[in-house]
Amino acid sequence: MANITHRPDEHIPPAEVPDVHPPHPHTWIGRWVFSQDAKYIAIQYSGTAIAIGLVALVLSWLMRLQLGFPEVFSFSSEAYYQFITMHGMIMVIYLLTAIFLGGFGNYLIPLMVGARDMVFPFVNMLSFWVYLLAVLVLVASFFVPGGPTGAGWTLYPPQAILSGTPGGQDAGIILMLLSLILFIIGFTMGGLNYVVTVLQARTRGMTLMRMPLTVWGIFTATVMALLAFPALFVACVMMLFDRLLGTSFFMPTLVEMGEQLSYGGGSPIVFQHLFWFFGHPEVYIVALPAFGIVSDLISVHARKNVFGYRMMVWAIVIIGALSFIVWAHHMYVSGMHPYFGFFFATTTLIIAVPTAIKVYNWLLTLWRGDIHLTLPMLFALGFVVTFVNGGLTGLFLGNVVVDVPLSDTMFVVAHFHMVMGVAPLMVIFGAIYHWYPLITGRMLNEAMGQIHFWVTFVGTYAIFFPMHYVGLVGVPRRYPEIGDPAFMTFAVDGLNAFISIAAFIVGAAQVLFLFNIAWSARHGRDAGRNPWRAASLEWQTPQVPPRHGNWGDDLPVVYRWAYDYSVPDAPEDFIAQDDPWTPQKVPA
Amino acid sequence: MVVVVALVVVVVGSVVFHMVSPWWWTPIASNWAYIDTTLVITFWITGVVFAAVVLFMAYCVWKFRHQPGRVATFDPENRRLEIWLTAVTALGVAAMLAPGLVVWKQFVTVPDEATDVEVFAQQWSWGFRLPGEDGRLGTSDARLVSADNPLGINPHDRFGQDDVIVASGDLHLPVGKPVKMVLRSIDVLHNFYVPEFRAKMDMVPGMVTYFWFTPTRTGEFEILCAELCGVGHGYMRGYVLIDEETDYQAWLQEQSTFAEQYAGRGVRAASVSP
Repeated sequence: MANITHRPDEHIPPAEVPDVHPPHPHTWIGRWVFSQDAKYIAIQYSGTAIAIGLVALVLSWLMRLQLGFPEVFSFSSEAYYQFITMHGMIMVIYLLTAIFLGGFGNYLIPLMVGARDMVFPFVNMLSFWVYLLAVLVLVASFFVPGGPTGAGWTLYPPQAILSGTPGGQDAGIILMLLSLILFIIGFTMGGLNYVVTVLQARTRGMTLMRMPLTVWGIFTATVMALLAFPALFVACVMMLFDRLLGTSFFMPTLVEMGEQLSYGGGSPIVFQHLFWFFGHPEVYIVALPAFGIVSDLISVHARKNVFGYRMMVWAIVIIGALSFIVWAHHMYVSGMHPYFGFFFATTTLIIAVPTAIKVYNWLLTLWRGDIHLTLPMLFALGFVVTFVNGGLTGLFLGNVVVDVPLSDTMFVVAHFHMVMGVAPLMVIFGAIYHWYPLITGRMLNEAMGQIHFWVTFVGTYAIFFPMHYVGLVGVPRRYPEIGDPAFMTFAVDGLNAFISIAAFIVGAAQVLFLFNIAWSARHGRDAGRNPWRAASLEWQTPQVPPRHGNWGDDLPVVYRWAYDYSVPDAPEDFIAQDDPWTPQKVPA
Repeated sequence: MVVVVALVVVVVGSVVFHMVSPWWWTPIASNWAYIDTTLVITFWITGVVFAAVVLFMAYCVWKFRHQPGRVATFDPENRRLEIWLTAVTALGVAAMLAPGLVVWKQFVTVPDEATDVEVFAQQWSWGFRLPGEDGRLGTSDARLVSADNPLGINPHDRFGQDDVIVASGDLHLPVGKPVKMVLRSIDVLHNFYVPEFRAKMDMVPGMVTYFWFTPTRTGEFEILCAELCGVGHGYMRGYVLIDEETDYQAWLQEQSTFAEQYAGRGVRAASVSP
């Protein structure tokens, strides 16, 4: 472990470039609106993501009203498809991706690697404003004639741009595609920043193998996103051309409602390949930051080093690489050549191995720890349960022939909500409880937090665990109501009503959480310095909360990894990364 | 120790729900019982892993919870344990993948004796076509779709003349004979899905997709569209009836061929025009 902990004979190389202080704003607008400080941009990103996330929450309530009580709340099919489409798109792209990379990435990367800021602060600022524009274009689609697109979040052509789909021949789909294009432009500006900052702006002594797993997760996810989003970008541009200019990238010869259209020669499956070449890495773009953050939460709150740190780093990198060759497992029944199934089922199940290693190492980090059941730890435990559950059902869907009966049923909906909906959200919540004291200097209210955790953990499990069985019965996804067809062994309407009620309660708990965030900013208990006694660098800034430029006059020097907890003979149960302490007797 | 109790309850509750809940898959009506078997194997392996992981975590939380004087063990790595866990996981994954791939090989290998049956989808209805005496389906093209030729059959293809057209109505198939379902759409993506058959496949405009199965019991089975196809998606239903051979032949006699339908409409159109 020589490269991880400090030894007296270790030579820390001098800085390769002189310390550069980030530009200081002199105007109120420069400080509070067009801020170039990554910490402030992180708050802007997170605030916007949570605001648009609330829209997605309300949409989920509306769709659950329809599914749970179709007799009472009978929305039109148009409205129902608009609810599910916008809910999915907002949650996956505009909330989860934005908050993990734009939010946590911006706040934590510079602080955790010992940089003063992102390396390109102006581009970083621009990244947020383009993201905000993307969100506004998305919101605008709710107010245009015809409303937002109802093509499903996968936006499969030809239906996405035809009149049988809400927004297909109106402005809805156009605004959706434009918004995605803007999002990708904005993300690319931020993403290049995160990658270059991690590679170039680490402080002295912060080797790659000393970075916290949070940074590893966000860094790898960003690299993946920079490679995956272009596929979505070109798919959006091509579909926009098909819709507006009459090209036929994705459009074969079509007869719509008895009328011959002028399209011809294109292939709808090409879109699916482009979409999932982005879409599968996207799952890990959300999951890898969550993996990294949860590793750190478990380590800090169990007062124990992350078990198998190097294996954890390699698992993140391997999962990231493998996730680029599994995309067609979303397309087993798409009509692509059936022999692809052999390849993609094999690669998909191979990914289970490094993922399982991560789960084992989280458990082994708890083993012989000193487990403090703080709110971040509770959410971390909740994450492991939901992630393991969702990951295991992935083995059903990844194993090509088992997928055939389950594909396009509610089983799929239950699976991906468990694994990339609830599990990452658990980490986001845990992370907010963990870093809120750093950001505001105050603790979030514990009682409200306990209610939030228990309702969210038990409630989401009550929503999504039974939903697998709705799919197993055979109910397809994207049906506003199933009725009681003969194939059902037992009607699902009672179960659907139960799921809906659980969803309303879980949603209400999120409102309490947001209230807690607002309330505690003024009334929360004073956090003091480093309330969790964490070793990683972000808690060691001269001022808490960290000021502009992060480190005062001198950059910190790093002597060890971020996980020196409960080190034998150490004066305290943690050793900060910038603490040069070494044991009296150096092991040979 | 609420958390420990909650974790145990999650495991026990999940297992009990799985065992006693009335929601389970519909009885199978095709040869794909292997798929069900693979699914059950997967349920067992994943169920055991889920219970083991969550119960182990509950044990850790109980055993190593913070108490005054408790100190965590500094324990960075254990190469042997990590390799051992990796190997066991790889073995479990292989145990699921291997039977899965074997069954997939069967799924994608259409037997020679399978009869072609065409399913035709458009927003939001189903049509069907059976090969006539010659046992071959004629060619088709979306450009030929018209009120007189709703399935877009090529009128100049001799193989298409005796094709049996069921433009609207139920599909009948004989029990016990393998069929290759040839799937065609003329507008958007659809998916031919009958829960009892276990198999499903997307229908893609511009190309022809397929899957095969053998019906194993008679009865009436509902067809559901399983790929979002616009506002009518949830209501795009149809029926397949699996008949004994004699019933099937009786039904077949009542159907008309493409030549009969096309010519008949052609004559009617001609008689009206002058």
